[in-house]
Amino acid sequence: MVRFGIVRIILLPQNKIVTLSGDLRVSVVLKQLSLLPSTVMVIRNGQLLTEDELVHDGDEIEIRSVISGGL
Amino acid sequence: MKCTRCRARAEINLPSHHSAFCRTCFLSYFCRQVERTITKEQMFTRDERVLVAVSGGKDSLALWDVLIAQGYQTEGLYLDLGIGEYSSLSRKKVEHFARLHEVPLRIVALAEEAVPIPLAAQFTRRAPCAACGKIKRHFFDRYAKEGGFAVLATGHNLDDEAARLLGNVLHWQIEHLAREKPVLHPTHPQFVRKVRPLYRLSEFETAAYAFLRGIDYVIDECPNSRSASQLFYKDILNRIEAHMPGTKLTFVQEFLHSAQPLFVAPDGSPPQACESCGMPAFAAICSFCRLMREVERKAMRSKNWGAVKTEENADHPLSQPTDS
Repeated sequence: MVRFGIVRIILLPQNKIVTLSGDLRVSVVLKQLSLLPSTVMVIRNGQLLTEDELVHDGDEIEIRSVISGGL
Repeated sequence: MKCTRCRARAEINLPSHHSAFCRTCFLSYFCRQVERTITKEQMFTRDERVLVAVSGGKDSLALWDVLIAQGYQTEGLYLDLGIGEYSSLSRKKVEHFARLHEVPLRIVALAEEAVPIPLAAQFTRRAPCAACGKIKRHFFDRYAKEGGFAVLATGHNLDDEAARLLGNVLHWQIEHLAREKPVLHPTHPQFVRKVRPLYRLSEFETAAYAFLRGIDYVIDECPNSRSASQLFYKDILNRIEAHMPGTKLTFVQEFLHSAQPLFVAPDGSPPQACESCGMPAFAAICSFCRLMREVERKAMRSKNWGAVKTEENADHPLSQPTDS
């Protein structure tokens, strides 16, 4: 169930959920989570978001790591 | 942010290319980049059969997807490494992809053909990635040749190449630097050409392509790679890239253009046929067969059978006690 007043973020592959509040730019969200834009995809409703987009209260966001290793 | 090409809403920002793309323009850009790399580097043609090494991750499935879409003759090769849940899940993803696209897929289960990676690592007391790399190379080479393929394609991306290059430069691995190329021509009749068509595309780009194409890939990382030094190098390079976009691409491209030709692999005896498996070897037996013999020897000597009997490898012959 979506709770209004917060942005709910699921971090993958850790499967960790964090919440932030307020209308925030993606760049600010990533900074708050200490993530570099080139290392994650930010996904909302099946669409990728660039750093300048705003996320709003009530949004559900997926932040998915793109890093793989150990080849 | 607007798409640099069509001015629609952008979904992907690529500071290293001073570009942003909408979904449609990005997919077209990505396919063109792969096609250009294949053509420019003379990797393969549409008349040749390509064996694609697939792991179930974003890079190899993105590569396979592009090659299928571009009309290349492909077959997938998946190695089931026997790494618990991770291998079960990745195998399902690869099988699903092959079914969906109606393309041939060959599966090699190490538990049947060799030894699962956790057992190999345990008996040899080596890092799992070391045993894994050796075993993978053996089966990739063997099945590429046995299957009559002209070329073996892997999904290594720009970040993989940059991290590997950084590691090799920091440790001055001259022999490795001499072989660090997107196209490796066979040095023995038992080998086929090896190519890396994604080497100019970043990890972010391959992930975005896989996501936008709806490819169902394994998001979880291999549990053995968590402490891999490659991840450390990638982290450093990503920090540099954040301050100086384009650094990774320049690092790899300029190495290949200006520095790589200066590194020459030392002349040595050409590889001979392994006495055990017939694959190329620089000694009487190849490194894969040496590893397998080491595993078998130590398995026979081991008295602590309980230590090697985990749920996923309990049925493997090497995890069963013997009288010897």
